[in-house]
Amino acid sequence: MTETLLSLRGLTKAYPGVVANSNVSFDIGVGEIHALLGENGAGKSTLVKMIYGLVKPDSGTMVLRGKPFAPAEPRSARADGIAMVFQHFSLFDALNVAENIALGMETPPPMRDLARRIREVSEAYGLPLDPFRTVGDLSAGERQRVEIIRCLLQDPKLLIMDEPTSVLTPQEVQILFETLRKLSSEGTAILYISHKLEEIRSLCDHATVLRLGKNVGECVPRETSASEMAELMVGSALKTPQRAGRELGEVALDISGLSAASPSAFGTALKNVHLTVRKGEVLGIGGVAGNGQDELLGVLSGEILTAPDAVRLDGAPVGQMGPTARRKLGLLTAPEERLGHSAAPDMSLTENAMLTGSVRENLERNGFLKWGAAEDFARRIIEAFDVRTPGPDNAARSLSGGNLQKFVIGREVLQKPQVLVVNQPTWGVDASAASAIRQAILDLAAGGAAVVCISQDLDELMEISDRFAALNEGRLSTPRDAAGLTVEEIGLMMGGAHGMEVAHV
Amino acid sequence: MIVLEKRPQPSREWALATPLVAVLATMIVGGLLFGALGTNPLVAIRTIFWDPLFGEFAFYYRPQLLVKGAPLVLIAIGLSLGFKAGIWNIGAEGQYIIGALVGAGIGLAFYPLDAWYVFPLMVIGGAVGGWAWAMIPALLKVRFGTNEILVSLMLVYVAEQLLASMSLGLLKNPEGHGFPGSRNLADYPSATSWINQDVGLHWGVAFALIAVIFAYVLLNRHMLGFHIRLTGDAPRAARFAGVNPARLILFCLGASGALAGLAGLFEISGPAGQVSIDFNIGYGFTAIIVAFLGRLHPVGILLAGALMALTYIGGEIAQSQLGLPAAAIQVFQGMLLFFLLALDLLTNFRVRMRKSEVA
Repeated sequence: MTETLLSLRGLTKAYPGVVANSNVSFDIGVGEIHALLGENGAGKSTLVKMIYGLVKPDSGTMVLRGKPFAPAEPRSARADGIAMVFQHFSLFDALNVAENIALGMETPPPMRDLARRIREVSEAYGLPLDPFRTVGDLSAGERQRVEIIRCLLQDPKLLIMDEPTSVLTPQEVQILFETLRKLSSEGTAILYISHKLEEIRSLCDHATVLRLGKNVGECVPRETSASEMAELMVGSALKTPQRAGRELGEVALDISGLSAASPSAFGTALKNVHLTVRKGEVLGIGGVAGNGQDELLGVLSGEILTAPDAVRLDGAPVGQMGPTARRKLGLLTAPEERLGHSAAPDMSLTENAMLTGSVRENLERNGFLKWGAAEDFARRIIEAFDVRTPGPDNAARSLSGGNLQKFVIGREVLQKPQVLVVNQPTWGVDASAASAIRQAILDLAAGGAAVVCISQDLDELMEISDRFAALNEGRLSTPRDAAGLTVEEIGLMMGGAHGMEVAHV
Repeated sequence: MIVLEKRPQPSREWALATPLVAVLATMIVGGLLFGALGTNPLVAIRTIFWDPLFGEFAFYYRPQLLVKGAPLVLIAIGLSLGFKAGIWNIGAEGQYIIGALVGAGIGLAFYPLDAWYVFPLMVIGGAVGGWAWAMIPALLKVRFGTNEILVSLMLVYVAEQLLASMSLGLLKNPEGHGFPGSRNLADYPSATSWINQDVGLHWGVAFALIAVIFAYVLLNRHMLGFHIRLTGDAPRAARFAGVNPARLILFCLGASGALAGLAGLFEISGPAGQVSIDFNIGYGFTAIIVAFLGRLHPVGILLAGALMALTYIGGEIAQSQLGLPAAAIQVFQGMLLFFLLALDLLTNFRVRMRKSEVA
C-alpha cells in the first residue's frame, strides 16, 4: 500500500442498548478503493457517519494525513476533503441539476460558471450530465451522477459511497465502476460500503469486514472467494437455499391486459401487464425501484381493484375482490414496507398475526375474535421462522427489521397459500435470515404453491426463480426461463442503462 | 441537556399513570392560578374536588354528578371510536342538539297520550337524529374528501340556529304565555327520562354504562373494533388487512352521532326538561376532553367522565362560594387536557439528562 490517507484507531460508539462500533481500526491509503463490508446492522453506517462528522465517537481517534482529525460537523469534514454520496438522494425534483448542486455549496459561483464546471467534471469522469435538466425527469442512475458530481466539485481526497449500486441496472453499475477506477487512479481514495460480494471483488483493492460493530477481518477481495468473505461477514458458513426438482402444475395465477393507475401521485401506473404463474413455479420480477413494484403488489393483494378478469386465480376472476376475499381463495401477499403496511408498528405480534391470519387460520367467529388462537398462531410463526423476540406480546416495532420480516413472511407462508406474492422479501435482512426466507419460499413452491417474488436483488432472483421478468416504467417484459440468462440480458430487460450515454474517456 | 429518547414500545405504566399525574399537575398549577386571583389555593382545590363528594351539602351534589357525568360519558364513548381510527368528529354538540330536537319533537307530538311506547320511540328518534346529523360530514368526506373536523364543527352552529328556531316556533309551548321554550317533558310521565330524580338516576345513566360495556367488547373482542384500532395505528396496514376506509368512516361518525343524539334526548326529557334556546351547555365539546383524559379506553372514559363532572360541580360551587370567575374554572378544565396531552409524551419517550457536550 502507498501512503496512508486516513487511519482509524479504536473507534467506539454506543447507542442505548446497542454498541454500534466497538474498537474499530483500519487504514485507507491514498487512491485506494477500500470496501467496508458487513451485514445490515453491522455498524457500517455509524462508522462512516463518524468519518463524515455526523456522529461523534465515544472514544478512539482518527488521523488524516498525519494530523488528528475530529470533524464536529459535515462542513468541517468536507473542508478537509471528505465527501459522501448517501444511499438516499437529497435532491429537489422541481429544480434543475445546477440549481440542486448550488444549493449544497457554501458560496455558489454564478450559475453560468457552475454549469460550465459541471460539464467539465462530468465529461472528465465519463458521467455526462446536462446541468439544465430538471432533476424530476432523471433516472435513478442519473440522479446518482448529480450526487457524485456534487461531491467531485469539492475535489475530495476521500469519497464515501453508501450502497451506491442498489438503485442501478447492471449496465449503470459498469459505468459507475469506470468512474470510480478513474478517480482512484488520480489519487482519490474511495470508501465503498456494500454487502454485494461480487461487486467488491471486481472493484476494491482492500476490504474491512465488520460484524456486530467489530472489525473481524481484512482481506484483499481479488484473492478471496465470495463465500470466504460471506463467512467472515456472517461468522458461520452460509447455507445456500436448496431447491428440490419439481413438476409444474396448471396455471394458478393469470394476469392479462392489466392496466391500473397508481393511487399515489408519485407512483407508476401499470401498463398492459401479462403474466402467468403455474403451480410449483417461482416467477422472479426484477427492476429498479419505483417502476411499478408497489402497484403490482397492490393489484394482487386487492388494495387496488381492477377489471374483474384482468386478474384470475385458478381461472376465477378476482380483480374486483378485496383483500379478505382473496385471502379466502388462497392468494396471499407480503408488501415491501414492513412497518405500517404489512405490519402495524404499535400493535403486538399477536394482533399482527390477526391482521392477515383471521380468515385462513380461523381466528374469528361471527366477527368475534379468538385471541387465544391468534396468540398460538403468532407463537407458531415465531418458532417456525426463528423470530428473535421475548414473546408475542411485544410490539412489532420493537423487533429488528430482519426479525419482523421473518415474522411477516412466516405469517403468510404458514397460512398455506395457493399463490404467494412477496415484494422485496429480504430487503434490509441479514444474510442468514435472508437465506432462511428464500428457503421457505422455495419449500412453499416445492409444495405446489405458485410464487411471485418481486425484488431488486438480482442475485436473489437468480437463486430462486424458475422464470424471470422485469418491470420498467410500469411495463412487464416477457418472462423468460431464468436458467441461462446472462447479466447483460437481464440488464436490457430492466431497461438497460435507462438511455444514459457513456462518455468514453 | 435534556434529551428525549424513543421507547422501543409504549410504556404501559406511563399510559396508566399520565392521567393521574396530569390531574395532580392541574391541581398544583390551577392552585397557583387561584392563588394569583386572591383565593386560598387549598380552599379552592378542596371546594372543587372534595366538597361535591363529602362536603356539608354532598347529599345535594352527588346526584348532580350522575346527571353531569352521564351525557359526557355517553358522548365520549362514541367519539373515542372515531378518534381511535383517526376520524375526528368535533361536532358532537350539534348531534346532541339534533338528537334532542328529534326525540323531543316525537314526545311533544304524542302529548298528552299516555302510552308505554312513547319514550322508546323518542329514544330511537334521538339516536336517528344524531346519526343523521353526523352522516352529513361522513358522506361529504367519503364522497368528496372534505375535512370532517371543519364540517362537523360548522354544523354545530347550524344546529344551534335550528334549536333557537324550534324553541321560538314549531315546538313552542302553546300554553306558555308566549315565552320561548317547549312544554316540559319532565312533567309528561310517558316521555320523561327520569327513573329516580332524587338520586339523579335517568335512562342516560343506564345507557352510558351499557355503552361503556358495548364499546369495551367491540374494541377488544370484535373484528370491527380491531379494524378501528388498526386504522388508527397504520392506515395502510388496515387497507392491506381488508378494511374498507369509507365504511369505517360511516360507522365511526354514525355511531358517535347516534350516541351524542341519545345523550341529547335523555338530557332534554329529564334534567333540562324542555326545548329552549340555551339548552346546550357544551357537553359535546367537553366530551372531547373526557375521551382523551380516559385514554380513549371505555373504562378510562367512565372514570374521566366522573372526574370531569366533579370539576363542573366543584367549579360551580367555587364560583358561588368563593367568587371565582367562570373563566378561571374553564382555564382549570383546559389545563387538565393540556397536561394530559403534554405528559402523553412519556408513554412513547423517556427523558434523559445528558451532560451537554462542547461541540
